[in-house]
Amino acid sequence: MIPAGFEYHRPTDIASAIGILQQHGDEARVIAGGHSLIPMMKLRMADLAHLVDLQAIDDLRDIEIAGGEARIGAMVTQHELITHEGLAGVLPILREAALQIADPQVRYLGTVGGNVANGDPGNDMPGLMQCVDARFELVGPEGTREVAARAFYEAAYFTARGDEEILTQIRIPLPVQGTGYAYEKQKRKIGDYATAATAVLIGNGTASVAMTNLADTPIWSEDAGTALAGGDVEGAVAAMLGAIEPMADNRGPAAFKKHVAGVLLRRAIERAQQRAG
Amino acid sequence: MTKMHVKLNVNGRAVEGLAEPRTLLIHFLRENLRITGPHIGCETSHCGACTVDMDGRSVKSCTVFVAQADGAEITTVEGLVNEDGSLGVIQEMFREHHGLQCGFCTPGMITRAHRLLQENPTPTEEEVRFGMAGNLCRCTGYQNIVKAILASAEMLNAQKEAAE
Ligand SMILES: Cc1cc2nc3c(=O)[nH]c(=O)nc-3n(C[C@H](O)[C@H](O)[C@H](O)COP(=O)(O)OP(=O)(O)OC[C@H]3O[C@@H](n4cnc5c(N)ncnc54)[C@H](O)[C@@H]3O)c2cc1C
Ligand code: FES
Ligand code: FES
Repeated sequence: MIPAGFEYHRPTDIASAIGILQQHGDEARVIAGGHSLIPMMKLRMADLAHLVDLQAIDDLRDIEIAGGEARIGAMVTQHELITHEGLAGVLPILREAALQIADPQVRYLGTVGGNVANGDPGNDMPGLMQCVDARFELVGPEGTREVAARAFYEAAYFTARGDEEILTQIRIPLPVQGTGYAYEKQKRKIGDYATAATAVLIGNGTASVAMTNLADTPIWSEDAGTALAGGDVEGAVAAMLGAIEPMADNRGPAAFKKHVAGVLLRRAIERAQQRAG
Repeated sequence: MTKMHVKLNVNGRAVEGLAEPRTLLIHFLRENLRITGPHIGCETSHCGACTVDMDGRSVKSCTVFVAQADGAEITTVEGLVNEDGSLGVIQEMFREHHGLQCGFCTPGMITRAHRLLQENPTPTEEEVRFGMAGNLCRCTGYQNIVKAILASAEMLNAQKEAAE
């Protein structure tokens, strides 16, 4: 399990990191926690001549809550996300979801930025970010731009991020007081990716629902949200089950996954409703 | 590929060596430094036998490039002994409570338990099980591992109180 050789870079600011990406084109890739990338490199499914480690860029590690939003630096780890009390106060769904990702060791290194930038349909954060209507800040040679999480995912491992862009932070509008939330995930064992997972927010006449690992991108369904906002749970479930496209794999046949998706969705909606108010 | 000069602090000792950046931390520890406490179980980030403490975090050293670890402080199971070389509290409790059979998972278990108890000195049984979920054991059925960690917590807290 030895990956192919590469040259290692550890820049201390974003501009230098982008410079290295520009210089080496698709021969270069950034590495954050490495807990998706290194397994791929070991399997030789990713072969890169240059790795640009983001660990020494301090700007990417901040968590800020101000002006009605939370700003989370791309290099914030899942462990830091779980232990940040301020964030748990305003966006408790992040902690609830992060606790269901992988295992403690993976969470100490795996980053939020890596989880959302990776583009693996199995990752939990992309669906979660679509549910909470996050925006991703991307910095590249042309400057800074923002892309909504709901518009970021194109296909498995294909996202709106350009090869020379770095995802620097995630901006999440704070849900109003009294918004109910739930993250539900079905997995075969601890440390497994989801057979199905769902993020739900309900409150104050609005609702948002997204699901994970049931298509080659996360699925956020506007119709499901609208139905749920109007109190129509069955309508919301039907809209979502119509939007997902699960494929048979070692987690089960498509029909089974659809069944699990329905069960999780009802469970999450019920829990979110109980918490709303 | 050219080798890089790697500097680490392992178990309180400054060490250095030459390694290709792609070298996994576990291989550097075991093969270059001959620190063979951390084991290689799966080499695919699943079993936790390779767990070491890196800058205050439990990490699977089969999923860290030595280049990423350059400059880090590492503690392995060898570093968890008392100053006089006798078994540290967690190690002693694993022996006392039969927290191992073949012992292959044990260095990872003990190193992980060390960090868990640093962060949560008074865990419940459920918290221990959740906190140890990244470490697999094929022998014990976990019962005695959990017992050993809960007993370690008590022992460490009693020692702390006695010292105050
Ligand atoms: C045993 C195991 C179980 C796991 N279980 C789960 C799970 O249940 N749910 C889940 O969601 N994940 C799971 N993961 C994946 C884990 O959460 C990863 O850490 C995460 O997907 C990627 O984060 P990273 O920081 O490790 O990114 P890396 O592996 O370093 O990078 C992943 C990809 O994103 C790119 N990238 C990273 N950061 C940036 C950035 N700032 N800007 C642009 N591109 C970037 C990299 O170039 C790379 O292509 C698991 C991993 C393991 C090893
Ligand atoms: S050897 Fe590293 S997790 Fe199994
Ligand atoms: S004691 Fe044998 S694997 Fe745990």
